[in-house]
Amino acid sequence: MSLENKNEKVWYRDSFNTFKNKLNGESELFIGDLRKEAISKFENMNFPTLKDEEWKYTNVSSIIKNNYTPAFNDKAVEISTADVDKFFLSGFECCKLVFVNGVFNKELSQLKLLTGGVLIGNLRDAVKERPELVQKYYNGASKINNAFNALNNAFALDGLFVYVPAGKKIEIPLQVLFINGSSSNMLLSNLKNIIVAEESSSVNIIMNYAGLNGNPYLTNVMTEVYTAENASVNIYKIQNESENSYHIEQLDALQSASSLFNHYSATFGALITRNDINAKLNGKNSECHFYGLYLGSGKQHIDNHTFADHAQPECFSNELYKGIMDDESKAVFNGKIMVRPDAQKTNAYQSNKNIILSENASVDSKPQLEIYADDVKCSHGATVGRLDETAYFYIRSRGVPADMAKSMLIRAFANDVIESIKIPELKEHLNHMIFGHLHSIEITNQ
Amino acid sequence: MLSIKNLHANVEGKEILNGINLEINAGEVHAIMGPNGSGKSTLANVLAGNENYEVTEGEVLFNGKNLLELSVENRAREGMFLAFQYPIEIPGISNATFLKTSINEIRKYRGLPEYSAKEILDLIKDKSQVLEMDSTMLNRSVNVGFSGGEKKRNEILQLLTLDPKFALLDETDSGLDIDALKIVSQGVNIFKNKNNAVLLVTHYQRLLDYIVPDFVHVLAKGQIIKSGGKDLALELEEKGYDWVKDEFESVK
Repeated sequence: MSLENKNEKVWYRDSFNTFKNKLNGESELFIGDLRKEAISKFENMNFPTLKDEEWKYTNVSSIIKNNYTPAFNDKAVEISTADVDKFFLSGFECCKLVFVNGVFNKELSQLKLLTGGVLIGNLRDAVKERPELVQKYYNGASKINNAFNALNNAFALDGLFVYVPAGKKIEIPLQVLFINGSSSNMLLSNLKNIIVAEESSSVNIIMNYAGLNGNPYLTNVMTEVYTAENASVNIYKIQNESENSYHIEQLDALQSASSLFNHYSATFGALITRNDINAKLNGKNSECHFYGLYLGSGKQHIDNHTFADHAQPECFSNELYKGIMDDESKAVFNGKIMVRPDAQKTNAYQSNKNIILSENASVDSKPQLEIYADDVKCSHGATVGRLDETAYFYIRSRGVPADMAKSMLIRAFANDVIESIKIPELKEHLNHMIFGHLHSIEITNQ
Repeated sequence: MLSIKNLHANVEGKEILNGINLEINAGEVHAIMGPNGSGKSTLANVLAGNENYEVTEGEVLFNGKNLLELSVENRAREGMFLAFQYPIEIPGISNATFLKTSINEIRKYRGLPEYSAKEILDLIKDKSQVLEMDSTMLNRSVNVGFSGGEKKRNEILQLLTLDPKFALLDETDSGLDIDALKIVSQGVNIFKNKNNAVLLVTHYQRLLDYIVPDFVHVLAKGQIIKSGGKDLALELEEKGYDWVKDEFESVK
């Protein structure tokens, strides 16, 4: 591949032509037209800059200086079952899906056949097999807001596709591994995920983003979530991409009456992370919870944008984001709450708490409330503090080494986020991630 | 065992300890008493290595080692233990995990094999019975949701399981009702033997009814102004501190 630094528009237009030709007949499907529209949009857009209010604190120039090659098959890197096994929690023998650089890998995945019209699989196959179903939801909740979104739609090929029919409750969590990176190319791992929960159904999904060592890469994700009346969706996102990679996700949830959407986000990896978690509470009495935990070190930049859009009355939104920032890392939290004129009796809460472990780490935390109804309960709060010195002294005074004492305090700080997770095995997994290199400790939660 | 010579220490630039001299031998129990603000807790914190306190002068030898040069964790591993006046809550870390980590870190330092989870659990269960502690406390997060008395009992549980050479008890009696005081004292009495030593820091004499000291020292304005036997505590209880201060001033 050519590493010359072409103008990004030329580069992605050329890439698009190559990409399109490799897809054979797939361009004929409805998605082909959407891709063409998206690349045209991309050509008429620029990547966001610090002058864009939504990107004020996140400079993407280091992301876009590389020309990434969109991955179009799962053979870009060699991965074995043993390589992916460690990312899966044991004990859940339902569904394990593996996407390699954004493309579904059937051999590495393990799909138990589910009855009653439940579809759990990948978007690429779903577009071929159930085009009418995919088309009904595709871009129903999301739209192209920026050049990354346009790029996503232009190169949209694969991703997670889940359809849960009315009344079906899938108790065992689905585990989805997105493994990215390559030692030969700088890849664009482009994912379009769609999750649909029909009336009174429920589903829990663990979405695990992991990195392979190698060249820098960009993971550019768009996820759409639909919760019909009374439906419930829990998404647990773990992001541990390679340290020289970039990770961008925009998630849009569209919620009907009395539905529940919970999103848990744990960010460990990537040099620059940008998460947009948007939920439109579009039916009376619907509810969403966003929990976030982010650990920054080195020169990591972690930007979380949340948006709770209260469009209908009697809805509830609650956000708790907690960060621990070390070295020269930087966190951004922008929490937007919109209460539209019809949304009386709204309850909306938001909290962002941060601990800074180094003089050079920083946090920009910005609540953004737009309230157009009068019978509303809203609160928000942001704090930036340091580790409790007395607690640090207490733990060390019991012979515990300083680095482990620090990890214990970080774990203690993150406790309310971790405790909100309903899957014990996942809690344990996150504990291990928090303690990182400190393998000698196991945590018991009670 | 512990030899404190001319110890001076500051907190936020203010001198709190003003030349402490104290010798404590193995097998002894010492009590430091004194009015509020006399520097009792400062002394305990300085010995345990709290970095908020700055030692400006003096020397402390602990079993022949220069204590002040050791990090907080190495002091603990050498056998120094401070029972905190206000024990800290650590959400998300269970008592059992905390004790296991602590015990094994200390054992590693001493070149001893680490205990298995079962050995630790047996040890903790054994000691928690002495303190009449509910076994469910082991699986609860360290001190989270514990009453004041439970927290103090938990400190003594740590004391008994870590089995240090030197126990500093900082106002362990404060906030305890009489039953809890008896249990906590019983724990300390089980701990003490001819090979270890105890330094009690207390405001009130009543703890000394249950843990009988060999020596009582009066601390005022950062200095030990009088030392005596256990009867000195009773005298202080009865007459207050002023007469000791006056006596000290007149000698000076």
